[in-house]
Amino acid sequence: MHIQSLDLYQFRNFRQLQVILSDHVNAFTGANGCGKTNLLDAVHYLSMCKSYFNPADSQNISYGENSFIINGTFILNDEEERISCSVRLNQRKIFKRNKKDYDRLSDHIGIFPTVMIAPADHVLVEGGSEERRRLLDMVISQYDHNYLRAGINYNRTLAQRNALLKQFQQTGRKDKSLLQIWDEQLISSGKIIYESRAAFMTEYIPLFNYYYALISDSAEQVEMVYESQLETHDFEQLLDLAFEKDCASTYTSTGIHKDDLLFRISGHPVKRFGSQGQQKTFLIAVKLAQFEYIMKKNNVKPILLLDDIFDKLDDHRVARLLGLVSADKFGQILLTDTSADRVKEIFRKINTPVKIFEVDKIPESTAASTPEF
Amino acid sequence: MNQFARLPGIGRKTALRLVLFLLKEKDHDVERFSNAFTRMKSNIKYCKECLNISEEELCGICRDTRRDRSLLCVVPDLRDVMAIENTHQYRGMYHILGGVINPIEGTGPQDLNILPLVERIEKAEVREVIMALPGTVEGETTTFFLFRRLKEYNLNFTTIARGIGVGDELEFADEVTLGRSIMQRIPYESSLAR
Repeated sequence: MHIQSLDLYQFRNFRQLQVILSDHVNAFTGANGCGKTNLLDAVHYLSMCKSYFNPADSQNISYGENSFIINGTFILNDEEERISCSVRLNQRKIFKRNKKDYDRLSDHIGIFPTVMIAPADHVLVEGGSEERRRLLDMVISQYDHNYLRAGINYNRTLAQRNALLKQFQQTGRKDKSLLQIWDEQLISSGKIIYESRAAFMTEYIPLFNYYYALISDSAEQVEMVYESQLETHDFEQLLDLAFEKDCASTYTSTGIHKDDLLFRISGHPVKRFGSQGQQKTFLIAVKLAQFEYIMKKNNVKPILLLDDIFDKLDDHRVARLLGLVSADKFGQILLTDTSADRVKEIFRKINTPVKIFEVDKIPESTAASTPEF
Repeated sequence: MNQFARLPGIGRKTALRLVLFLLKEKDHDVERFSNAFTRMKSNIKYCKECLNISEEELCGICRDTRRDRSLLCVVPDLRDVMAIENTHQYRGMYHILGGVINPIEGTGPQDLNILPLVERIEKAEVREVIMALPGTVEGETTTFFLFRRLKEYNLNFTTIARGIGVGDELEFADEVTLGRSIMQRIPYESSLAR
C-alpha cells in the first residue's frame, strides 16, 4: 500500500499544492516553517481521519479561509483508491473513499494505516501514565472494536462511581452495597480491557526488543513492562480492600485506569537515566514495533511518516535506522529534514534512491478553480 | 423571558421569540394560555399505583380491568409508557421509576420510585417484572440494582431484548449489538408465538 499523489487545498500554510510521490523513500526538505510537517500530517489525516498534532480540525484551515480539502490517491492491492477529507467551519467533517461518504469515520481507520514518528512523541517518556495508556488504546482499538466499547463503558462507570464517592463524603453516609452495583460494571468492562492489553503486550514486547537492539546495535539493555494491578489481584477484591481509602479520597484508586507501561534502560527508568538520544531510540523502537504489529494484524504495510528524525540521533544510529526502514520489510516512507544535502548524502551511503521535495521551492498550483471533491 | 429559558430545549433566543409572540397576541388569548398552565398544574395528579400522570386517583391503564395484573413493566418515565403503548403489543401494567440511578446528576435509588415498586410487588399478584430501561451504563446499573433488591421475591425478572432492529441488515449493525444478538439468541419457535 502506498500513496501516489497528495493534493492540498487551503490546508494549513498551503493554498493549493500537488505532490506526486515515489512508492519508496520521499523526503520533504526546507527551512523551518515551510510546511514539511504539514505534508506528513495531511497523509496522517487521510489515514486516521484526524491530525496527529492538532485535534481541532478547524485550526488546520489556512488562516482567513473557511474550509480545507485533502485528496489522496492510494494504491491498495494494485487498485487505485481515492480518499478525500474536507473540513468546513462549523460543519461535520466529510470523509470519502472513491467518492462514497463514510457513515462512521471509525470504519475507515485501519484500511490505509500510517505510523508517525515525531518529536512530539516525547510525551510517552516524559508525560504521565495516561499518555502511555493512550498509546495502548490507540493501537488496540484499531483492530478490536469490543475494546473500544469496553473503554467507553469503563470510563462512564468510573465517573459515576467517583460521583457517588463524592456524595458519600458530602452526606457522611457510606453505602457500600450501592457502590458495589457500579463495581459490577467496572469489573466486567475492566476485565475485557485488561485481557486485551495483556494479550497485546505479549506480542508487542518481543517486537519492541527486536527493533531496539537493531537500531542501537545492542548497545544497551532495555525493557518494556506492562504494569497492571489486575495482573496479580482480583479486581473485585481490590475494590473491596480500597473501599475506605476510596471513600476518603472520593476517587477510585484501583483499576485499569492505573495501568502503565514501564520503560527501563539497564534496569532504570528511561525518563531519568536515558540520554536524549537513547530516549529517542526507545521511542523509535516503540513505533517500529507498532508498525510491525499493525502489518501483522491488518495484513498491509503502513506508510511510515518520519518527522525530524535526524534530530538527537548519532550518525551511526541514523544510518542503521534508515538502512532498516529502507529494507524490503517496510514500504513507503515520507520523511522531513531541514537539509536536502544531508538527506541526499545519507541515502547515497546506504545506496537507496530518494525523491526529494524542496518544499519552499514547490510552485503552488495556479489553478483558480476549487479542486473536485 | 427568563421563565421561558428555564424550559428544556429552549435557549435565550427562542425564549425571546416566544415572549415577543405573546406580546403581539390578543389579551384573552394570552389569558387562555396562562390559565391552561395553572389548570394543568392543579388538575393533574400522579396515579397512585404506577405514578403515571392522571386526572384521577388511578390512571386509565391501572383502571383498565382487562389488563394483565401479573405483568409489571418498569420504565424510567411516562414517555416510555407512551412508546410501549403505541406498539399495541403489551397488555400488562407499568411502573414509572422517575429516572435511572445517576450519581453525576445526583440521582440515587432514594430519588426513584423504588419503595412504591417493592410495595406493589408485596401486595399484588405480580408474577413477572420486565425491565425496560435504556441500554446505557446507568440503565444497566439500575437494572442490576433492582435485580438485587427484588431477589427475595418469587418472580420472573426479565429485561427487554436488545438486538438487531426489525428490517435491519446484519452487516450494518454495530458489533456490540450484533454480538449481543448472537449471544442472547432465542429459540425460533418462541419468535413465532404471537
